[in-house]
Parts: sequence; structure tokens; C-alpha cells
Amino acid sequence: MDALALARLQFAVTTIYHFLFVPLTIGLALTVAIMETIYVRTKNPAFKKMAQYWGRLFLINFAVGVVTGIIQEFQFGMNWSSYSRFVGDVFGAPLAIEALLAFFLESTFIGVWIFGWDRLRPAAHALAMWLVAFGTSVSAFWILTANSFMQEPTGYTIVHGRAEMTSFGALIGNPQLWVEFPHVLLAAFTTAAFFVAGISAYFLLRRQHVEMFRSSMKIALTIGAITSILIALNGDAQAKHVVQAQPMKMAAAEAVWNTQSGAAPWTLIAGIDQAAGKNTFAIQIPGVLGFLSGTNHFQGINQLQAQDVQKYGPGNYVPPVAVTFWSFRIMVLAGGLMILLAWYGIYLLARRRALEGRTRYLKLMLPALALPYIANTFGWIMTEIGRQPWVVYGLQKTLQGVSNTVSTGEVATTLIGFTVIFGLIAVAEVYLMVRYAKAGPEIHEPSPEQPLETAAVL
Amino acid sequence: MDLNTLWFILICVLFIGYFFLEGFDYGVGILLPFIGKTDIERRAVIQTIGPVWDANEVWLLTAGGAIFAAFPQWYATMFSGFYLALFLMLVGLIARGVAFEFRSKDERNGWRSLFDWLIFAGSLIPALLWGVAIANIVEGVPIDAHMNYVGGFFNLLNPYALVGGLATLLVFTLHGAVYLTMKSEDEIRARARRAAYKVGWAAAGMAILFVAFSALRTDMFDKPGVGMLPGIVAILAGLSLVATRLFLDRRREGWSFISTGVAILLVVASVFLTLFPRVMVSSLNPKWDLTVYNASSNPYSLHVMTIVAFTALPIVLAYLAWTYWVFRKRTSIKQVMHY
Repeated sequence: MDALALARLQFAVTTIYHFLFVPLTIGLALTVAIMETIYVRTKNPAFKKMAQYWGRLFLINFAVGVVTGIIQEFQFGMNWSSYSRFVGDVFGAPLAIEALLAFFLESTFIGVWIFGWDRLRPAAHALAMWLVAFGTSVSAFWILTANSFMQEPTGYTIVHGRAEMTSFGALIGNPQLWVEFPHVLLAAFTTAAFFVAGISAYFLLRRQHVEMFRSSMKIALTIGAITSILIALNGDAQAKHVVQAQPMKMAAAEAVWNTQSGAAPWTLIAGIDQAAGKNTFAIQIPGVLGFLSGTNHFQGINQLQAQDVQKYGPGNYVPPVAVTFWSFRIMVLAGGLMILLAWYGIYLLARRRALEGRTRYLKLMLPALALPYIANTFGWIMTEIGRQPWVVYGLQKTLQGVSNTVSTGEVATTLIGFTVIFGLIAVAEVYLMVRYAKAGPEIHEPSPEQPLETAAVL
Repeated sequence: MDLNTLWFILICVLFIGYFFLEGFDYGVGILLPFIGKTDIERRAVIQTIGPVWDANEVWLLTAGGAIFAAFPQWYATMFSGFYLALFLMLVGLIARGVAFEFRSKDERNGWRSLFDWLIFAGSLIPALLWGVAIANIVEGVPIDAHMNYVGGFFNLLNPYALVGGLATLLVFTLHGAVYLTMKSEDEIRARARRAAYKVGWAAAGMAILFVAFSALRTDMFDKPGVGMLPGIVAILAGLSLVATRLFLDRRREGWSFISTGVAILLVVASVFLTLFPRVMVSSLNPKWDLTVYNASSNPYSLHVMTIVAFTALPIVLAYLAWTYWVFRKRTSIKQVMHY
């Protein structure tokens, strides 16, 4: 592999890994803040215990999200310096603002939250977690402002071969941002909901700490039911927008090779032959794509390729169709299953069934913990792979963005290095997560009254 | 003053904040295995920086983001040029960040000592590499007409850079020792104090060597326009290190911490004074230097960023100060441990 391929692989590895932790951070911060607020309001110590339990798991996850995020900010300069020179004028601003407005807030108040239990009044302590939750969402907003510019450049002009910012308002008013940001935020809340629900199901099945995990489950299912349905509605709006703004991405995601007039059929599954520019087989449902895409003229890959050649000169403008197509389907399927599971849970709650008796449902919720992770990962794969060959849509190709002074050996070194470190961290992280999840809420919290020897355990 | 200069100063301020604050938590991390003899002592040592180290690191992220936003060419040249050095720094930062959070989550000795050494190494590597980077930046590195770094990794490891690296390593260690003296009690405090005395000599010696080397290798003492000013500021930094010892002798721990902090502030100021208006010096041709003008974003971008920075920074500084106030007490092995 050459430096470009390795740099792309490295971006995929570091970003996908980072985003395994980010959504749970965003979502669980909010969930813990809600739990602690209930404690402050009701003075019921069960909710304090609940907030502390989920807070412990939150912190194990948060640490890895933070440290893998540092790579994100550095690797644009390290591996993608030509890209950084080209868009830094526009792209650097949201990254700097993210650090200033979000990173300081999160990192300061997570310190206050961890160490402040005995130094702050309960309301002030809960406020610290609300500020962390707010900070994580602000962080998402600014990094997605940067990403949205890559998907749909706005508020810039090209001067001497570089993109320069002309309108900050247009940058943050980017229509892509306003479909992408809610999508990511809702996905994060859904992730936390299924995380809490999955672990709660484990304890309910074992009939341990039933009170606490029943109410944890209630909170999680309520959040999950709302966010999973909102995300589908938002996803629909997003797809309609992308059909207009990045028609090639949507054509690839739907494996539509030739322009469809009228109400286009929707392809459930297909065999994709990118070289031949067609599907070898397809199972289709008539009319549905016309309805979903909101257009009577769904442009096909082959026609778009011809248009792009006219617009941008000779070249191949078709992204890897099979990856885009299947990623999209996997994401939507995982999202659909989450809606069903969350709403079935709500149905059980509404019928006042004791959740701990519904073993089949609870057993389903355990593996369902993987669903948000699958949806998050494949959603990003579809978004980023579907934009290829562009790094900034219509402005710069990925191959033009790579660092031209960094050797293949150097990229290989860092790729292997990061991958090994990520692997080791994953082992430690999963070990601690499982251990602390299974330990339940009743672990020996170190307290001043306890002798030091026991306080040092856990 | 134009916005380019303003952003140069702002980035200087961000680096001062980063080295001043994260400097002491690197120092505490480096001293951890030596000052904490037992597990509970080590926990107490980590506790002194527990509530603040994460926010301290954000100064680096903000400085990086500010360079990207205000001087994208500087960001691109430096980050792709110092490629493997930055990779090592990232490895260090990742290791220590995870280690702080994970080390006390399992009671086995092997687990804890593994993460203690990761905290040590993860603090030592960046503390060393920053001096290496600073020396290379002020002396100049091979940069071609297209702003591309054309040297290799081992270009960066010359004797001058190694002296720079040892200087930052020792100064941060001293800064950490003094911080620990100020923030701990009993045995730990006594050991930190002894460490400060031991490291103090080495730090001052290496800092003097670095300034002397800089006089030979850079234009720190004969800078067009400002003459000897950057050099004088560097010498003041050295004097501030001497003051650290005098304050320690009088058991004025707070003042000795301020004087190591002032030394760090002055060193960064001296480096930025030496550089200005350059941000990266080309050792191949002065015409190929990156400056605050040829490496910058357009005026509109700088204008927007200025508004954001001057709105947000006072708020950020206010709540950071508040946190240090909340956690102002010394830590003791008798208290609740959260890490």
C-alpha cells in the first residue's frame, strides 16, 4: 500500500475507534445528569446511587474518548497537510472553537464532578454533570460544522488555490450541519439508552438490584423511544437533503445506476458490479424510493459520472458503491430494530407489566447493546466513503489532501503504533467495563470513615 | 497591532498556559514512582493533579486548534514535519490519560504499577519532546520553498535540541516537585521538597546551558529590531529559577511555585520574541521562513476568531480559576481517593 492508502486506513481506524466512545460519552453524560437531578429533586438516595453507578461506567468510557480525540486534532496536520493548507482557513476555526468552548468545559467540570462529591452542594454537583453534557454536545456541534464543510462546502471562496472563509454565518448555517448535527446527537442519546437498557436487563434477568435497574430501564427506554423515532424522521430529512446536495452519494447508497424518472423503486438488496456499472440482481419495492427521496427524478450513478466529468474534468467520480450501499442498509436496519425494541419496552411499561418478568425481551436487550454501535459506525462509513473521491466535496480530492512529505514507512509506523495501542486499550477498557458493570451499585465506595486498607480496594 | 500579530501573541499565551499548568502535572507524573512509596501515597500524589490535569491538557489542544485556525500553513508544516516526534508525544499523552483513569480501578499490584509507569513515561516523553521541538523551531529546520519540511526524524535530534529537551524535562520536573510540596502533606511533602532541591540544581544548570547554546545557535541575543531583548528575558527566566530555591529555603511554597511558573512563562515569551514575525524558521533560506503573514488565514477568518476568543476566554479563565479555588486544599493520604 502507498502512503495515501495507509493514511486513509489510519483515518478510518482512528476515527471509527474514537467514535466508539464519543456517542456514549455524549449520551451517558445527559443520562447521568438526569438521574442526579432526580436525586437532587426527590432527595431519594437510590437515585444518587444510580447516578454514581452509571457515572463510574461513564468515566471508564470518557477517558478513552478524550485521549483518542487528541489524535483527531493532530492527524489533519500530520497525514493530511495538503488538505490542511487548502481548507485550514475555514476548517481550523471550528476546531479551535471546539477546544475553547467545549473541551475546557467538559474537562474542567468532569474533574469537578469526580472530585467534588464532598465539596459541593448536591445541586451544584449535578450542575457540573449538566455542564459536561452541554460541553459534549457543543463539541459535537463544532466538529460537525467542520465535517459538514467537507460534505457541502459553504461560506468560502477560492483564492490562490486555497479555500478562504467569507461568511462564518454560512459556515454554521450550512444546511448539511442542521441535518447532520441532530442525527449524531440523537444517535448519541440512543446509544446511551441502549447501553443503560442492556446492562439493566442483565441485572433484571438475575433479579439483582431490581428496584434500581427497573427505574434505570424506565429512564433508558423513555429516552430511547423518543430519540430512536426522532432519528428516523431526521434521517429521512437528511436523505432528502443529500439527494440534492450530494446526489452521487445517495445514488451509491441506493445503488441506482441509471436515472429514474417518476416514482423510483427502492432496492432492498442488490448484487453490485461496480466495474460494469450495474446490479447483477436486485430485489426492489416499486415506488418507495420516489417517496423516500422526495423527487421524481432520482439521478443515477452513470449519468452523474458523466456530469461530473463535464464539471470537474476527466476522472472517476464514483465512490465504492457496494460499501456505501451496504453501510446504509446496515445502519437503517440497526436503527429500525432499535425503534422496535424501545417501543416494545414502552408498550410493556404502559401495560404495567413487571419488566423483570419479561425474560425474552430482557434477553433480547443484551445483544441489542451492539445495535447503536453498529448504526453509528456504518453511518459514518457511508457518509465518508460515499463522499469519495472527494475529501472536500467538489473542491479537493482525497489524494490531493495527503501530506506529500510524509513517507510510506512513517505512515505505516504510526498506523501500526496506533492500532496496537488501541487494541491494548480496548482490552483494558472492556475488562474494566464488564467488571464495574457486573459489580453493581453496591461496591465499597472509599469513604473517610473506612480504614484505608478496604478503601483502597476498588 | 494587526490581527496576525495579535494571534501570534494569543498562541504564545496559550502555550504559556499549557506549559505552566500541564508542566506541573507532567512533573508530578514523572515524580510519581519516586515520591509515592506505597500505593496509598501514590494515590495521594495523583490526587493533587486529579481534578485539573485534564483541563490543563486542553491548553495544548486549544493552542493546536488556534494554530490551525490562524496559521494553517504553520500547522500543516509543523505537524507533518515533526511527524514521528508528534506520534511519540501522542502515544505519551494517550498512555497517561488512560492511566490516570484506570490505575486505581483494579486492586492488583501489577496492574497499578503498570499504570504508574505509564503515567511516568507518558509525562516524561512530552516534557522532553517539547524542549526538542522548541530548540528546532527557534534554530530552524529544513523547509523548502513550498513550506514543506524536507528533513527527517533524526534531523530533529541534534545536541542543541537534546539540551533543550533535557531543560524542559528538568524544569517541568522541578515545577511538579514544587507544586507537590505546596499541595501535599507530611511524608509526601517532605520528599517532594527534597526532590525540588535535587532537581533544582540540574534544572537551573540545564536552563543556563540551553540559553548559552541558544546564544550561539539562534538570534536570541542579536535579533533585528529588538536586539538582546529575547536573550534578556531568557536570563530573567534563569534568575526566576534561582528565586525558587530562595523561596524554598524560607518555606514559602506558594512563592516558589510562582517563581518556577514565571520561569516557564519567560522562557516561552523569549522563544516567541526570538521567532517573531516568523513562526517556522527555514534553515535552508530565510526567504522560505513561515511568518505570521505568509502562513496566516485571511483577515476575515482572523477577525471572526478574534471575536470568539475574546468572548470565550474570560469565561473559561473564570471557571478554571474557580476550580483551582474549590480544590485549593492540600491532599492527604487520610482523605477519600477518587483516582
